[in-house]
Amino acid sequence: MEPVTKLVEGFMYPNEVELQWSILIVLYPYITGLVAGAFILASLERVFRVEAVKPTYRLALLTALAFLLVAPLPLQLHLGHPERSFEMFLTPHRSSAMAMFGFVYLWYLAAVLVMEIWLDFRKDIVLLSRTAPSAMRWIYKLLTLGSQNISERSLQIDDRVGYIVTVVGIPSAFLLHGYVGFIFGSVKANPWWSTPLMPIVFLFSAISSGISVVLLIYMAATRLRRQALDMRCLDTMGSYLFYLFVIDFTLEMVDLTHRIYEAGESFQSLDFMVHSRLYFSHIVVQIVLGTLVPLALLGSAQLWRMSEARRKSVYALSGLLIMTGIFAMRWNVVIGGQLFSKSFLGYTTYKLEFATREGLLAAILLMILPFIILWALVKLLPPWTTLAHEAAGGRDGGNT
Amino acid sequence: MKEAVHLVRLAALFAAGFVAFLVIRQMVVPAGFGKYGHFRAGALDDIRARPISYAGHGTCEACHDDQHNVLAKGKHAQVSCEACHGPQNRHAEEPDKVKPVLPDTRVLCASCHESNSAKPKKFPQVVASDHSGGEPCKSCHVPHNPKLSTEKGQ
Repeated sequence: MEPVTKLVEGFMYPNEVELQWSILIVLYPYITGLVAGAFILASLERVFRVEAVKPTYRLALLTALAFLLVAPLPLQLHLGHPERSFEMFLTPHRSSAMAMFGFVYLWYLAAVLVMEIWLDFRKDIVLLSRTAPSAMRWIYKLLTLGSQNISERSLQIDDRVGYIVTVVGIPSAFLLHGYVGFIFGSVKANPWWSTPLMPIVFLFSAISSGISVVLLIYMAATRLRRQALDMRCLDTMGSYLFYLFVIDFTLEMVDLTHRIYEAGESFQSLDFMVHSRLYFSHIVVQIVLGTLVPLALLGSAQLWRMSEARRKSVYALSGLLIMTGIFAMRWNVVIGGQLFSKSFLGYTTYKLEFATREGLLAAILLMILPFIILWALVKLLPPWTTLAHEAAGGRDGGNT
Repeated sequence: MKEAVHLVRLAALFAAGFVAFLVIRQMVVPAGFGKYGHFRAGALDDIRARPISYAGHGTCEACHDDQHNVLAKGKHAQVSCEACHGPQNRHAEEPDKVKPVLPDTRVLCASCHESNSAKPKKFPQVVASDHSGGEPCKSCHVPHNPKLSTEKGQ
C-alpha cells in the first residue's frame, strides 16, 4: 500500500482518497451501451426497413444478448455479495435508481431480447430440432416449446409479433442505457456527472459503440467463415455510424461548451483535472483518437470514392477507435468523477490493480466473456442460416 | 389460434416464471416486511430483546456527580460519559462486581485530537508523539476538564 501522500495532491476529504468505483464500474455502462447499440442496429432493419444491414440483423441480436448477460457481472463482482442483488427484485425500494434499473434490465432481457430472438429464430429452431445431432436435438426440441408449426401463417404471426416487440424494444433499449446515464447524471453532489445531458450523451455513445462492435464482429466472423463481406451492408453501417457519431460528438461538445461558458464553481478544478490527470484518457484517447480520427476516417469514406479494400480498413479502424474512445469516455466519467475533491482543492489517484477482484485481469476476463457467450449462441443459433437457406433455394429451404 | 399456439406457450412460460417469482418472493421475504417502512417489522422486537450495553449519562451522573461537576465546567461538557469509558450498563447494574477499566489516555485522546488536515483548524489537535513524547495525556491534563490550569490564567 502506497502512502496516502503519494496518491493525493492538495486537499482531499478522508473518504475521497480511495476510489470507491473501480474499472468494473467503467465496464458496466460500457457493456450496457454495447447492448443498446447492437439492438438499435438490429431495429434499423426490422422497424426502419434498412434492408442493407440485414446480414447483421440476427448477429446484432445475439451480440446484444451475449453482452446483456454479462452486463450485471461487473456490478456483482464489485459488490462482493452477489446473492444480495436478488433482494432488489424481492423487496425493491422505489427511491433507489439501481433497484429500478434491475427491473428495466429484466424487462429488456426477457420481454424484448429473448422474445425477439426466439421469434426470429423459431423456424431455424424447429428445423434444427429435426436435423441436429441427437444431443443437440433435445436442446432445440426444448426451445421449440413443443410446437413444430412453421406454416406460412404462423411465421407471419411471428413476424408481426416480432415487429411489435422491436417497436417496444427501441424505447426499452433507450431506457436501458438512458438509465445508466441517469444513474450518473442524477448525482447532484458531483459536478463532473450532474448534467441532464448525461443520459442522452450516454445513449448516443452507446449506439455508436454498439454499431461498431457488431461491425467488427461481422467483419471478423465473415473472414473466419471465409465468406465475402456484403459491402452494401458495411457501407450503410459506416454511414449510420458516421451520422450517429456526429450527433454524439455534437452533444458532447454542447455539454463541454456549456460547462466552459457557465464556468461554475467546480470549473477550475475540473479544467485542471482534464489538463493534468485526465489529459491522456480524455484529450488524447477520447477526443483525438477516439472521436476526431474516426470521424475524419468515416467522413472521408462518405466524401471520396475509395477502393473496397480501403473502405474495409477505414471501417475496421474506425470501429476499433470508436470502441476505444467510448471506453475512454466511460473511464473518464466513472474514474474522472472520483479523482477530484468536493472541496475543489485537491486530487487523488486511481491505482489500477491487476489480479484482484476488481483489477485489470477481472476486467479483461469480463470483456472476453461476452465473446465466448456469443460464440456459443452462434453455434446454437447460427445467425447466417437464413442466408444459407436462401442460397440453397428460397427462404423455406425446402425442409418444411 | 391454432397457428399461434407456440405464442400461447411462450406466454404461459412467462406467466409460470412470474408465478414462480411471486411464490419464491412469498417464501423468502420475511414476514412483516414493509409494515413500518423498508425493513422487517420483527427486527424492532429483535433489537429490543438484545441486552442493553449503554447505561446513559444520566445513570452515571446519579452516582458520579463529583466527576460530572468537573466535566460540566470544561470543554468536554457535551461528551457523554460512555463515549470515552465505553458501554457501562453492566457496571450500573452491579457497581461492586463489575468495575470499569480506565481508558489509556495516550490512545483515547489521540482518537479525537491527533492532528489531521481534514479537521477544522479551530479544533484542538496535536501530533501526539511530538506533543507528549509518549507520556499519558492525563499526566498534564484532567480528561474531564482538559484545559491546563496555567492556560486558564489561574
